[in-house]
Amino acid sequence: MSQAKKNIPQLQKRKARHSFPLLILNLICGLFMLFPLLYAVSIAFMPSSELFNMDLNLLPKQPTLENFASALSKMPLGRFILNSFIVSLAITGGQIISCSLAAFAFSFLDFKGKDGLFMLIMATMMIPGEATIISNYLTVSSWQWLESYKVLIVPYLTSAMGIFLFRQFYQNFPISLYEAARMDGCSNLRFIVTILLPLSKPAIGAMAVYTFINAWNMFMWPLLVTSSEKMRTVQIGISMLDSVDSKSLTMMIAGVVLIILPSISIFILGQKQLIKGMFNGAVKG
Amino acid sequence: MRTWKRVSAYFFVLPCLALFGVFLFYPFAKTIYLSLYKTNNLGQAQIYVGLDNYREVLQSASFHNSLKVTLIFVFIVVLVSMLMGLFNALLCQKSFPGIRFFSTAYALPMSIASASAAMIFRLMLDPTIGIVNKLLGLNISWIQNPHYALLSVALLTAWLNSGINFLYFSAGLTTIDETLYERASVDGANEWQKLFRITLPSLRPILFYTLVVNIILAFQSFGQVKILTSGGPGESTNLIVFSIYRNAFFNFRFGTAATESVILFFIIFILTLLMFRSENKNNSPKKESK
Repeated sequence: MSQAKKNIPQLQKRKARHSFPLLILNLICGLFMLFPLLYAVSIAFMPSSELFNMDLNLLPKQPTLENFASALSKMPLGRFILNSFIVSLAITGGQIISCSLAAFAFSFLDFKGKDGLFMLIMATMMIPGEATIISNYLTVSSWQWLESYKVLIVPYLTSAMGIFLFRQFYQNFPISLYEAARMDGCSNLRFIVTILLPLSKPAIGAMAVYTFINAWNMFMWPLLVTSSEKMRTVQIGISMLDSVDSKSLTMMIAGVVLIILPSISIFILGQKQLIKGMFNGAVKG
Repeated sequence: MRTWKRVSAYFFVLPCLALFGVFLFYPFAKTIYLSLYKTNNLGQAQIYVGLDNYREVLQSASFHNSLKVTLIFVFIVVLVSMLMGLFNALLCQKSFPGIRFFSTAYALPMSIASASAAMIFRLMLDPTIGIVNKLLGLNISWIQNPHYALLSVALLTAWLNSGINFLYFSAGLTTIDETLYERASVDGANEWQKLFRITLPSLRPILFYTLVVNIILAFQSFGQVKILTSGGPGESTNLIVFSIYRNAFFNFRFGTAATESVILFFIIFILTLLMFRSENKNNSPKKESK
């Protein structure tokens, strides 16, 4: 007994001694990995004059909020952010609905061609977006859909990955619960809305984080189908400003910092959910 | 009643299926169709030319260059990005104060858009005011020099993709049985031996999966190329995806672009199949011995 007691502080000391070099190593490595982001934040607070000299200007000597102010006033950044929020939220909501409905059918219902259909949908993950993007562009432009929210949203309202994620989650769902609900005369739709969805919050959470970040970061499609500033999303809006004179470089970086914030915040908040969802059977080897 | 029940199941898959049909299956078929035609400026098929587009693309010096730079690019991105992810995951294998902060930091690049990252890197790599040259005491035109442009875009992409690699490797590390390390310690193994005899072999299954995902991801890089180099200088960073974009939307050669898209699809498809096959071969004796 007494020996065991004596051992505990010793063990802790040994652990602490072990973890100190590990902490130092992580500090160096973490600084390296985060450097581009930290540097961007630093530049966003730097007066334009400080950027243009030959000194090692890692941190602003006289921090200023002016870059953020002019980023919001001199370019339609507010509009870009609003557009991106509308598009990303619509895509996220749409994917959660369409994918959970399809995954429900694949997990709980029996119908002809079910397995074949599921394989077909999974196989679509092999088709890179670039193999379809030209034809899609030709299609939507023939429909006169360019320069609209729907052209940014509708093609992305479903995903094979989402169906896979929800189905994976439903596999662990007791089928007896479904059968009992059906016996009580509960319709499929009511079962989904009142029982299945409330119980699939982890899957919905993972899906929401993953889809929102991807939609927020979309680049090629919005670049092709929008050209007016009114319809531009954040990534295109900011990068198309790069023809602006070099004095506004700090303003541009401030804009970049502002548009990175939403996706980073959502990632940090939803990280746990996302990891749980991603590795729940998806990557077991 | 029974037939209604049967039919009603399809309603649940219908939204997804309709969207896949219109925005995936149809355009994929149409891309293959267009690749067999000469097209006009509006992308309409005009003259059927059979495999002429393929012959033309496969013989063109520009496409050879695209293929070459894409392969170099993918190689650098996958290697560097996986090493970064693995190294960071190993740093977070044992608990230490602040581990949660650092695990978030290492995964963070996966939430950053290629376009945003490219704008930050463009400033960092500026030859005169860029922080990279200042810190390293160099005077390199990273983006304007054809020797360094591809490397710059590749390293940026490796950084972006390292976040997801960190997650994959971290997940892989948690599956390793702790007692293996304890037994090795008792046997007097040092940290390097543990790394090469226990950790890395245990990561093999996830290593393969991660490799496939990384290669596919790297092949599809676009935003960073568009913003950082626009395929240049010369054609030194004209990756296949960028060349598709340029042919379709600047040169209005939709037929050629469609052909390149189909070739890209086959490259990714074959790579994936090859790796799945080699993986099965490597794994089968192990399964038998179990």
